[in-house]
Amino acid sequence: MDNDISKQERWQPSLKSYIVGFILSIVLTLAAYFLVVEHMLTGLALVASIAFLAVLQIVVQLLFFLHLGKDENAYWDLHVFFFMLSVVLVLVFGSIWIMYHLNYSMKI
Amino acid sequence: MTEHAEIQREVHSKTVLGFWVYVMTDCVLFATLFATYAVLHGNTFGGPSAKELFSASFALGETLILLTSSFTCGLAMLAAYRAKKEQMLAWFGITFLLGCAFLGMELHEFSDFVKEGNSWQRSGFLSSFFTLVGTHGVHITCGLIWMAVMMIQVGIRGIKPVNFKRLACLSLFWHFLDVVWILIFTIVYLMGVVNG
Repeated sequence: MDNDISKQERWQPSLKSYIVGFILSIVLTLAAYFLVVEHMLTGLALVASIAFLAVLQIVVQLLFFLHLGKDENAYWDLHVFFFMLSVVLVLVFGSIWIMYHLNYSMKI
Repeated sequence: MTEHAEIQREVHSKTVLGFWVYVMTDCVLFATLFATYAVLHGNTFGGPSAKELFSASFALGETLILLTSSFTCGLAMLAAYRAKKEQMLAWFGITFLLGCAFLGMELHEFSDFVKEGNSWQRSGFLSSFFTLVGTHGVHITCGLIWMAVMMIQVGIRGIKPVNFKRLACLSLFWHFLDVVWILIFTIVYLMGVVNG
């Protein structure tokens, strides 16, 4: 593997990626804030849209700040990342699901 | 020039991959705390709810400060890639001050809550809130100490390959804390203000 690296162009972060990431993050943060403060949406639509904006912002930061999948360790970086993501999803949604049903069964 | 080439190679080393694995396990730690908060956030035990306690504008201020510090941390790394020591120290200095401002705001909020009698002992909601946001605060504190140590190290020895590897890990850590804060801002503060 190491011999092949010389053929590839060596990767380096660029100023442009940080500036684009910073501007997008600020815009997404302000968008979520004003959606909530100005009461532009209500109920589930509001919660769903700020959750969507947060996910979008995390993707922006992973790509433009953390440069996920760009350097020479990209293969293993991504493997560990997706493993973490699956553990986190099971943990969070599993906990909420179980505790909600426990709560539901305990009522009355 | 050879030293510069060596610096560039170093960033792709196994150390940075190992640190990335640590950061991913830290995500799992935060996920357990988020899950705990999600389950307990309605259990106010007659105390104040999230809606009564949180200020969205205050949290927005904290978010913008931390976002900017993440950006200046990136600029510091760019300077480190180009082996420009003074520029790098200046950007890390700004990042450090922004981090201190963020931590100050967080501690100010915590002390206000405690003074009003709403400490972690008040309810399940507040226990999980203080644990989640406090753990993030502890990470920020560690990051700031690490940053101060790195600035002294680089100030004395210059940007050497071994320093550069540490700087690459530090910037990963700092960007990661920014990502976690975005989740705290959205789930704890914004959704708290919406749902109460």
